[in-house]
Amino acid sequence: MKAAVDLHIHTALSPCASEDMTPNNIVNMSVLKGLDVIAITDHNSSANCEAVIKCGMKKGIIVVPGMELETQEEVHLLCLFDNIISCMAFQDIVSSSLPDIENREDIFGRQTLMDENDRITDINRQLLLTATTLSVEEAAQKVANLGGIIIPAHIDRQSHSILSNLGMIPEDVGFTYLELSRSVCVVDFLRDNPGLSHFQFIRSSDAHELGDILERETFLEIEAKNARSIISKLCAQHGWR
Amino acid sequence: MKVRELAQKLNLRLFAGEDGLEREISGVYIGDLLSRVMSNSESGSAWITIHTHVNIVAVASLNELSCIIIPEGIEPEENTLDKAVAESIPILGKKVSSYSLACRIYELGIK
Repeated sequence: MKAAVDLHIHTALSPCASEDMTPNNIVNMSVLKGLDVIAITDHNSSANCEAVIKCGMKKGIIVVPGMELETQEEVHLLCLFDNIISCMAFQDIVSSSLPDIENREDIFGRQTLMDENDRITDINRQLLLTATTLSVEEAAQKVANLGGIIIPAHIDRQSHSILSNLGMIPEDVGFTYLELSRSVCVVDFLRDNPGLSHFQFIRSSDAHELGDILERETFLEIEAKNARSIISKLCAQHGWR
Repeated sequence: MKVRELAQKLNLRLFAGEDGLEREISGVYIGDLLSRVMSNSESGSAWITIHTHVNIVAVASLNELSCIIIPEGIEPEENTLDKAVAESIPILGKKVSSYSLACRIYELGIK
């Protein structure tokens, strides 16, 4: 089946995201937009994923658990998993790799944990919006060990992208997909970066506000409407499709 | 030395954050990885960085840095400037390298 996806959405747990990014609001907006699959990717945390998955089950939309990891090199990587247990196992690794800096809500914003009824269950006091001690290579290895997939985020941008921070895509990591911002045309991007034509590209919203969530504009051809099919599709190399 | 005086002496361009020009400069920190700046820069320092993301203002506020100086003629993003105004953090710039900026600031007596 052809699934409309948006694989990069923040909840109110990300300090820079709107407080309106609650589990129910995200799921309801995604349903309104006609999406089949979304991924929840907060900065260095997956603590709100389970609540959104539960909301998604009620509304018939697939929610892929994930995280937007910030590596040692300050590169943002989407880490996606086919089940919440693997995702939370990765969360444990990330938590122990995150420096113990207290969040300043007045500067960075609030980091809100919620349940599936949008009730606030806790406030995360440790600053999520900073680099972990994991390198790109270490992160890729650890995510692969847990059966997940890593996608370098918004590689067209000047900040926190693997291209801007490392100057090139490390070939030995084995990336299959690269993420582009919603506004970027793949053809134009490849004209400027011809060396990347052997990768596949996916456009996502990186939504920090409800209105930012994609319309039906990014599609993946998947075997079945579940998280496992999404992950195996993203793992597949060019030509295997 | 105050940020205003440094800006005049080096003929720096002021992008935003005029309200912070009376801040006192006590030293200089150079770095582009925000996490390193967050953990190593000292209060009062002028910060030279090629970064223009809005988070530079958050980092400068957090560590109470006196100003941000952007080298190589790079133009900061619009939302970064808005944040600099809100936080009264001057963002300055000049079309020379970070090294050159550092040398000139050193010559002015900030060591």
